[in-house]
Amino acid sequence: MRRLKLAVQVVPIVAMILAAVMVKPPSSRAEMQRERYLSPLEMTLSLDGSRLYVVCEGTDELRVVDTKSATVVAHVPVGHQPRGIVISPDGHELFVTNSWDDTVSVIETVSLKVVQALPTGSEPTGVVTDRNGHTLYVANRLDGDISVIDLATGHETKRLLAGPGASYLALSPDGKWIYCTHIYPNAGAVRTQPNSEITVIDTSRQVVVERKQLHNVAGVFHVALSADGKLGVAAQLRPKNLIPLAHVEHGWVFGDSLTLFGQDVSGTIQIPLDELDRYYALPWGVVISPDKSKIFVTTAGSQSVSVVDVAKLMKSVRSHPQSFANDLSASADYVLARIPVGHNPRGVLVSQDGKRLYVANRLDDDITVIDTTRNEVISKIDLGGPKTVNALRRGEQIFYTADYAFQGQFGCSNCHLDATIDGLEWDLEPDGFGKDIVDNRLLEDLAGTEPFKWNGGNPDMPTECGPRVEKYFFRSQSFNPGQLTDVVSFIFSLPYRPNRHRLPNDELSAAQERGKAIFERTKFKNGKTIPEGNRCSTCHSGPKYTNRQQMDVGTGKATDRSPLIDVPQLPNVAYSAPYLHDGSARSLEEIWTVFNPKDTHGISNDLTKDELNDLIEYLKTL
Amino acid sequence: MKLRMWFLTLCLTASMAAAAQDMPLFRWENFTTEDGLPDNHVFCVLVDGNRVWAGTENGLGLYENGAWKIFRPKDGLVHQAVLSLAVDERTGDLWVGTMGGLSRISAGRIDNFTQLNSGLSNDIVYGVGVLGDFVWTATAAGASRLNTRTGQWALFNERNTPMYEIWTYAVSPAEDKVYYAVWGGGVLEYDTRTERWKDYNDPDGETEMVLMKDQGLIHEITTSVSYVDKILWVATYFGASRYDGRYWHNFLQKDSGLPSNFLNQIKAVDANRAWFSTDKGLAYYDGTNWAVYRPALDTHKPEMLVRDAEGRVTSVPVKTAPAHNYILGVSFQGDDIWVATAKGLSHGVRTQSAAVTAKAGDAMQKK
Repeated sequence: MRRLKLAVQVVPIVAMILAAVMVKPPSSRAEMQRERYLSPLEMTLSLDGSRLYVVCEGTDELRVVDTKSATVVAHVPVGHQPRGIVISPDGHELFVTNSWDDTVSVIETVSLKVVQALPTGSEPTGVVTDRNGHTLYVANRLDGDISVIDLATGHETKRLLAGPGASYLALSPDGKWIYCTHIYPNAGAVRTQPNSEITVIDTSRQVVVERKQLHNVAGVFHVALSADGKLGVAAQLRPKNLIPLAHVEHGWVFGDSLTLFGQDVSGTIQIPLDELDRYYALPWGVVISPDKSKIFVTTAGSQSVSVVDVAKLMKSVRSHPQSFANDLSASADYVLARIPVGHNPRGVLVSQDGKRLYVANRLDDDITVIDTTRNEVISKIDLGGPKTVNALRRGEQIFYTADYAFQGQFGCSNCHLDATIDGLEWDLEPDGFGKDIVDNRLLEDLAGTEPFKWNGGNPDMPTECGPRVEKYFFRSQSFNPGQLTDVVSFIFSLPYRPNRHRLPNDELSAAQERGKAIFERTKFKNGKTIPEGNRCSTCHSGPKYTNRQQMDVGTGKATDRSPLIDVPQLPNVAYSAPYLHDGSARSLEEIWTVFNPKDTHGISNDLTKDELNDLIEYLKTL
Repeated sequence: MKLRMWFLTLCLTASMAAAAQDMPLFRWENFTTEDGLPDNHVFCVLVDGNRVWAGTENGLGLYENGAWKIFRPKDGLVHQAVLSLAVDERTGDLWVGTMGGLSRISAGRIDNFTQLNSGLSNDIVYGVGVLGDFVWTATAAGASRLNTRTGQWALFNERNTPMYEIWTYAVSPAEDKVYYAVWGGGVLEYDTRTERWKDYNDPDGETEMVLMKDQGLIHEITTSVSYVDKILWVATYFGASRYDGRYWHNFLQKDSGLPSNFLNQIKAVDANRAWFSTDKGLAYYDGTNWAVYRPALDTHKPEMLVRDAEGRVTSVPVKTAPAHNYILGVSFQGDDIWVATAKGLSHGVRTQSAAVTAKAGDAMQKK
């Protein structure tokens, strides 16, 4: 019996080690064969409902579906990584955001020709027009703002400040207001609960007039209004990042929830979608039925659509004078159904008559059609993607699902939203409250940046994603060796996003050139030689600007078990705030103005403010 | 002969009365901490539609719908001493220059920029202005420009401009030019089209004598600039200047209606009209005549003086006056004016029918 117990304890450990040893990540993205999957993300319907326009992020195109025959009737090439779509009020034009080109493609619905490319801010995502179709509003994810574009001239007239990671927009039915959500939290004090907002724009004045505060929320996705305009709903995450993540089995790490707002409720109310022993991870797309009887929410990590009964929800809201966002028993009162759909369901819309629900399964290249009366899947529309699922796609499906975590609580993409970051600092390991706080890091082009973790404890990605994830994150036996190989392959396949700080010809501006000289300098300003270990370019060396060593640069905190910090890679560092291993530097400037008093993290105290600004301008180009 | 004298006297009196009648008349309402103002030392004021922002030594006040709301560091403001204000007319965002950095208030959200967490050159932000996507600041260590679209900061100081003194005190961006008042360093002009800087200095040098009047800037110690209708107005501690691109005209207490040569702010209405905030009252110039509004320097009773083109001064009977003689800034609200003073904020409510009865006996030739 004792041997059996021992075997039960030892076998999983051996399996984890074997998995780590057996998985050999590809050394570069070039070795991988990447099928061009469609990755349908968002949709809109023609005004008569006869055509469904589907944004395909993976193939840079719009696919046009005849809703009667459920077949694809046209492909329209657009820009790179399209993300959002809206149809003009008269139905004559479609506007598609191209997140890697920083443009909006204008498409005529009759000819299906792209007739214009409108410039926007960085990483345009959500898009809406005003009610008369004169003005286009575009949420720019990287800039955290909203471009206001005059459609008569095609010129961007101004930018409106939104939340970091501004992504999704909704126009109120009366056309008076536009609501914007954002996927990264607002900047706040270190080690405090994250907060987000719903930014409200007055369309008559084209200015922000309100910011609805969402407390303890980081990651807000689709936002929708009821037909009468009295009920608004946004899908969101409530992270519990201030306590050790290992407490997953004691409660939850993320609360999957909705924020309600509008006349039907008082202020903003957060309501849970999860159940006591089952989670519905990453609520993303949301829509309200035309008769306001139901709310449909795609749960991108749980391959399902949650159906909320609005009447029961309102009754539940009224019966809870206090916030019940953390009461996981509450959802039983108003969630009518959980409808299984495909992998990573994202965009969702309901037909004008309210009878059909369309769900974009991003990682299956199809559209699930649901009968909203019976809450049942009635068909799937094949968008014509590759018929085989290769290792990368399998890995991507694993990355985006929460199925491997205890009670389906969360997956990789909960923290790495759209394979980026979440803007949070986490207390990951069961080493005590507030110990070894770590900032989230970018996953772009990771090959050659090993080891991983901020303390460099994981020599390779299979270790990072295998035993570590099982033990500290998911608290369940997660990936088998094949799955681990796939997810590691997917992670290594993630490319850099375009860097907007570089000039088009890859030359450096005058300020960037000056900053480069500071980054590479070997002498103090007084002419003396800077010790090699104190030069920027010593530790941040090589093609990824990391020497892959662990260094004590004086940024360790009393709560860290070791002052040795893995030297991070620097490409696209501009897009990964906050900074330092624990996220204590809220901006690049603070790395040196606040956390480098003794010149242990490079020599910076002899720099003027101009020179520090130049250095930062250069770093942003990497 | 008697008839001629009588006629001349009548004409003189009529012209003085006309000058007085042409000048704006106000009923002054004054706000202090007793009314909810954060502090009585009001450094700046800005009108934004129906909202009035007052920057004080101990907090930013917002007057809206008859009530004051106060912003201090506990409310998210970067520092309690508010030195300058500017609104982005396109977005409605308010930019707040303080003794401890720059704040942006956008629909209730406050984001702070300091010399530690951003590219801002210095935390003492004396002046702030908005032009398109750029926010310009005047700081104790030169000028800073934030591109609100890219987040990029550009610093301007002695290294890359003719700024031989880096204590920038005020900024006025408008149309294609950005003007800086550099305390002890004259005026700097930035042309947004050519991206070049140009300096304007006192041809007399740093002396307090005016040897070459109307041949250049009146003095190097500049405190405020206002660029309107392609005319540059400059306030200094030793008089004021107006520059039309070719000719300078200087205003001194001794030969204009200025109540003092010590000016804290100048605010132009258009090419010909401007308001002057001095240590001895608020002055208005309509291109010909002058008016001064203040509590009388001796009696502290409300006083309004009008000076016509011939230098004749008329005392206009008034019942109210700004809260104090020491004026730091103004902002317009239609025909009304809001005035920052050393002892409260004043609202000049324009009276529509200026039935001014200038008493001939009050008229006196200014010596």
